[in-house]
Amino acid sequence: MSEPTFSLRTSGRLRRRQLVSRAMGALAVGAALLAVAVLAIVVVSVASRGAGALNLDFFTKNQAQGFNPKGGGILFAIVGTGVLVGIATLIALPLGVLTAIYISELAPPKLARVARIALDITNGIPTIVIGIFVFAMIVEAHGQSALAGSIALAVIMVPLIARATEEVLLLVPSAQREASLALGVSRWRTTFGVVVPSAIGGILTGTTLAIARAAGETAPLLFLTSLGLSSQADANPLHPLQSMTLVIFEYSDQADPAYQAKAWAAAFTLMCFVLVTSLSAKLALARYRKKLGG
Amino acid sequence: MADSHAEKKNALARTRGRLDRLGDPALKAVTFGAAALAVGVIVLIAYELVTGSSLAFRTFGLHFLVSQDWSVFLKKFGALSLIFGTAVTAVLSILIATPLAIAIALFLTELAPKPVRALLGALVEMLAAIPSVVLGLWGILILGPFVQNTLEPFLGSTLGFLPFFQGRHSTSGILTAVLILTIMVVPIVASVSRELFATVPAELREGALALGATRWEMVRGVLLPAARPGILAAVALGFGRAVGEAIAVTQVIGSQTGIRWSLFSHSDTLASRIAGQYQGASTNLQISSLVYLAAILLVISLVVNIGAQLLIKPIDRRPRRRRIALDRALETQGLSAD
Repeated sequence: MSEPTFSLRTSGRLRRRQLVSRAMGALAVGAALLAVAVLAIVVVSVASRGAGALNLDFFTKNQAQGFNPKGGGILFAIVGTGVLVGIATLIALPLGVLTAIYISELAPPKLARVARIALDITNGIPTIVIGIFVFAMIVEAHGQSALAGSIALAVIMVPLIARATEEVLLLVPSAQREASLALGVSRWRTTFGVVVPSAIGGILTGTTLAIARAAGETAPLLFLTSLGLSSQADANPLHPLQSMTLVIFEYSDQADPAYQAKAWAAAFTLMCFVLVTSLSAKLALARYRKKLGG
Repeated sequence: MADSHAEKKNALARTRGRLDRLGDPALKAVTFGAAALAVGVIVLIAYELVTGSSLAFRTFGLHFLVSQDWSVFLKKFGALSLIFGTAVTAVLSILIATPLAIAIALFLTELAPKPVRALLGALVEMLAAIPSVVLGLWGILILGPFVQNTLEPFLGSTLGFLPFFQGRHSTSGILTAVLILTIMVVPIVASVSRELFATVPAELREGALALGATRWEMVRGVLLPAARPGILAAVALGFGRAVGEAIAVTQVIGSQTGIRWSLFSHSDTLASRIAGQYQGASTNLQISSLVYLAAILLVISLVVNIGAQLLIKPIDRRPRRRRIALDRALETQGLSAD
């Protein structure tokens, strides 16, 4: 037996190719680490500054009157965000679901395509433009109100809910629809008795994602519901109400560290709410998709 | 015979309640109405912006687009310096974010061990969910001082011979805005790219590797070409997001009119100018000029979105299962493959 005359060790060109490959791999690892580091820095710095200013008063009291920014809390803004997002959901949920039913169950394919594209384009419109739109349509004539803010948030939420709903409606097996129709059940009973119930999980998680998105919006509310700077709790949707995001925006600009502390605490609260809701909704959606076998 | 036939027909019809006879047309009408409303919003938005900006349009015409003036006192308004600020911040953030995002997506689909994949994927999506006002707050109070005290002195001392890295260091300015926008855009492009890479069939990957390609050669020769149209669409979408971001940018950019080439200088974008001035606008002409800016933004976002739709159209001919996966990936970012 003679020794092989070639070496199995890499050399020359192949070696260089492998080095390039490894270097690119290292860059990819570096990029991923960088993204995680940025997320960690943002979350940790918001949490460490925000948690210090958090106490029971922060959630249960209103801003102290007069020029004393210390003490008190942002109950008014929490209530405001609740009212704004609540009404927006009441408007957007039925509109979005009905739109999705039309697109996926009833519309001729061409119309459905046009509607889908229109929804995606609406979703891409900068939210500040939507704010200006609602200002021109409602606020110029009727003055600021939480209702105007809710309408702007609903414009943002409808395409999100409609597209999420449409996706889960498509996952409902057509055998279910056909079985129902073959039994002589009318279309609308089939839709609301068979199709929507088996898609309800996906519809609700899609709506939750839209709520998380709306709760974090500032730009569309800026001209619609922020005037008056009332810092007392008020839940009347016909009055201009503050929101958590508007409070963060206003307080972040103040030189007084007491305001900045409040801004951090509000940012921490809002971030926790948004991250927890959107993450759990995404998990639920993933599980739901698996169940429907999509 | 005819009688009994009619009788049968009546009997059949009677088994359906009035609700059922009215229900189907009603369902069609109601859902059509909802869809028409959801779709018609675009037309309504365009209409309101056109009427709202008509005063500024009559006063300045298209000259508005090439004028740098912005003065309430002189009653002169123009968008050029804001278009410049928007273009610089959006283009730079996209240039930084795209390679980073693709690298992250490649790590997530090709290199990371399975348990790390899910966790890291969720973390990247979390970055996308942080509200922009929170990111802006972090931008002024944490990132800003870092930029002023560390990043800008470093760039000034190493690259200071270039006009882009000269001038006074400050917490706010184009550089801070670009960094914040980059943080916003990376997760959008990364999560779409990740889904795109995952939909490339394993046979193609394995084929390339079996032919002796290194991992990077497989990525460059197979994955990137297969995913290119989708990635371009995601980049377009990220660009649209960067152009339209108002709150975080207005918090960190320094709000100043004028065209300056240094990244250290203050500036303003279309969206941040609207956010900054709409509330305090004092004259009708100023309000109308701000609505004019919004109309420009709307046109940009329409062009970018429709462009993205056209980019992903060729993918439509692919097998259904891959299309659904891709559809889902893009849809979470507000795009469809239709």
